[in-house]
Amino acid sequence: MLRQILRRIAAIAVTLALTSVVVFIIIQLPPGDYADRYAYKLIEGGSSVTEADMQALRAYFGLDRPMPERYLAWIGNIVLRGDFGLSFEYRRPVMEIVGERLNFTFLLLFLTLFITYGVAIPIGIYSAVRQYSVGDYVFSIVAYTGLAVPNFLLALVLLYVNVTCFHTTVGGLFSPQFMDAPWSWARFLDLLSHLWVPSIILGLGGTGLQMRTMRALMLDEQNKLYVTAARARGVSETRIIVKYPARMALNPIVSTLGWELSRIISGAPFVAVVLALPDTGPLYLNALLDQDMYLAGTMLLIMTALTILGTLVSDLLLALLDPRVRQGAKA
Amino acid sequence: MRDRKENTYLVATQSQLMWWKFRKHKLALAGTAVLALFLLIALAAEVLSPSTPFARDTEYVLGPPQLMRFVDAAGKWHAAFVCAQRQERDPVTLRMRYKEDPAERIPVRFWVHGEPYVLWGLFASDVHLIGLEGGSLHILGTDDLGRDVLTRVLYGTRISLSIGVIGVLISFVLGLLLGGIAGYAGGWIDGLIQRFTEFIRSIPSLPLWMALSASLPIGWTGLQVYLAITVILGFLGWTSLARRVRGKLLSLREEDYIMAARICGCSDGRIVSRHMLPSFLSYLIVDITVSFPNMILGETALSFIGLGLRPPIVSWGVLLQSAQSIQTLAMQPWLLSPVAFIVLAVLAFSFVGDGLRDAADPYSR
Repeated sequence: MLRQILRRIAAIAVTLALTSVVVFIIIQLPPGDYADRYAYKLIEGGSSVTEADMQALRAYFGLDRPMPERYLAWIGNIVLRGDFGLSFEYRRPVMEIVGERLNFTFLLLFLTLFITYGVAIPIGIYSAVRQYSVGDYVFSIVAYTGLAVPNFLLALVLLYVNVTCFHTTVGGLFSPQFMDAPWSWARFLDLLSHLWVPSIILGLGGTGLQMRTMRALMLDEQNKLYVTAARARGVSETRIIVKYPARMALNPIVSTLGWELSRIISGAPFVAVVLALPDTGPLYLNALLDQDMYLAGTMLLIMTALTILGTLVSDLLLALLDPRVRQGAKA
Repeated sequence: MRDRKENTYLVATQSQLMWWKFRKHKLALAGTAVLALFLLIALAAEVLSPSTPFARDTEYVLGPPQLMRFVDAAGKWHAAFVCAQRQERDPVTLRMRYKEDPAERIPVRFWVHGEPYVLWGLFASDVHLIGLEGGSLHILGTDDLGRDVLTRVLYGTRISLSIGVIGVLISFVLGLLLGGIAGYAGGWIDGLIQRFTEFIRSIPSLPLWMALSASLPIGWTGLQVYLAITVILGFLGWTSLARRVRGKLLSLREEDYIMAARICGCSDGRIVSRHMLPSFLSYLIVDITVSFPNMILGETALSFIGLGLRPPIVSWGVLLQSAQSIQTLAMQPWLLSPVAFIVLAVLAFSFVGDGLRDAADPYSR
């Protein structure tokens, strides 16, 4: 088991290294660089920029060196010193800018994941056990809606409902009195109370999908012979459901946890932009638009790393849950 | 009677069985009808829409949707008509707004002459399916330049759906090719392609799409951007199809009839294309149907946040750009109407995909 995990971690390191190269190339793709953009801003502001100025600018931003050299410098600093480079736009280390926003993003992601599975698994079981009941139909409709409406459109519609019906806005993550307050328990609770709306919006699609999956798997499992056998032994109905088919049905759900995380990460920037959340979403968009390459690159790298970690976690959870997976790993 | 029914079942061809199975899925049938309607819109947007996407009605800027009425103020029935709109100042907010004038009826007519257009770049005409006699009809209101929202949504259907079609085609060819090579060749080639697929999958798709589309030069024309976005969407959507093809091929490789074909001296290409592909083509069609919404939503999302298509190209996502601010949402909610079209298209594709999945295996119960 341990060897298996170590091998996986080594594979992850290789993937991450590859990702960093690809990310760097993609971020380099736009024609022109930040120096051009900066010069353009200066010219717009009324000052004149000569060729010599441009070269000085490039040297200042480190853009005059060849690409492989810049990549090695960037990745070297990340690995050796945890330094993700300098944001051109803000003239500050990337990590300093991303820092607090990243915490919000993490919190949002985990809350979403939590809500997704916390809602989908019990409802999926219920829908299967009470197949074709009123509740089953209601949840099915909700699930299909969640699957069909893309989350940023859902966010838009929600904004509209809020503005017209409740005359409030859902934007932001804090109430005014907590905006610049130091961290405290009350502030954290305030954050949570603002975070659940974006979490639900972000998670509705995934919840719908997992709900349907869980329902289908349960329907397959609950008619199998081992369930009948348990029932014949006189095991109570609740215990049968929880201990036998639900446990079997959980396997595919857990093994796709990484994909679910990837889907949530994928949708998060859009919801954050629509709802004006002060997390990494809007920052990423602006960094891309401004060609602030180290900032954008770092965030793409972090998002990918999270996805890869998600698959690792799902594999570990699967091993924890299913003795057969553990045995297989040993053999 | 019963015997005859059973006999028809037994002698039915594969495609007949599939159709019978598909027919049972009522939602899938409804979805097919909706998709057919969308196809019609995409083909004949010029004729179906009451105006042209860039024609500006300066008399009616940011005007709300005009209600089609059949009963006038006096309670008398008429053929469909709309009331004339008068501009007036809101006494409280002092904003200009439009108010219906119930006294003046403008009848709605079919096949009216209006804005001139050239259908498919070939046929010059000015006949629109629906319109007003003298005046322009705005069933979904107008935007900030006085352009008809319904017209723009209908034209946007063409762009948004075509992006889906081309993107799906690209990812289909790529997925088939790479999955096919991996599954048939096996060995280290398989390993390499597998690693590559996993690698692409591990990068979150929308952020990657964002980064790629942000790298398109600002100076590009609308058509260039359109092509580039399609290619980006297509090139990243092939991974799941490649996995599916590979898995199927790997399991089929061991089948006896493949061995028979090989002994008969069939070439590799022939074995794959004539003997293996047809046996799981129906599953591929399901996968294609299901991946359509992803393409459409990808385009919409990118255009919406300003990284995808740009005006003057009209797509659903581009149209939604104007609905971003809370101000707009509160004052001009009709600008959100593309949302309904997007959701309808996505639902239709999902239901048809569901029905096709059932039909793909007509022998299962």
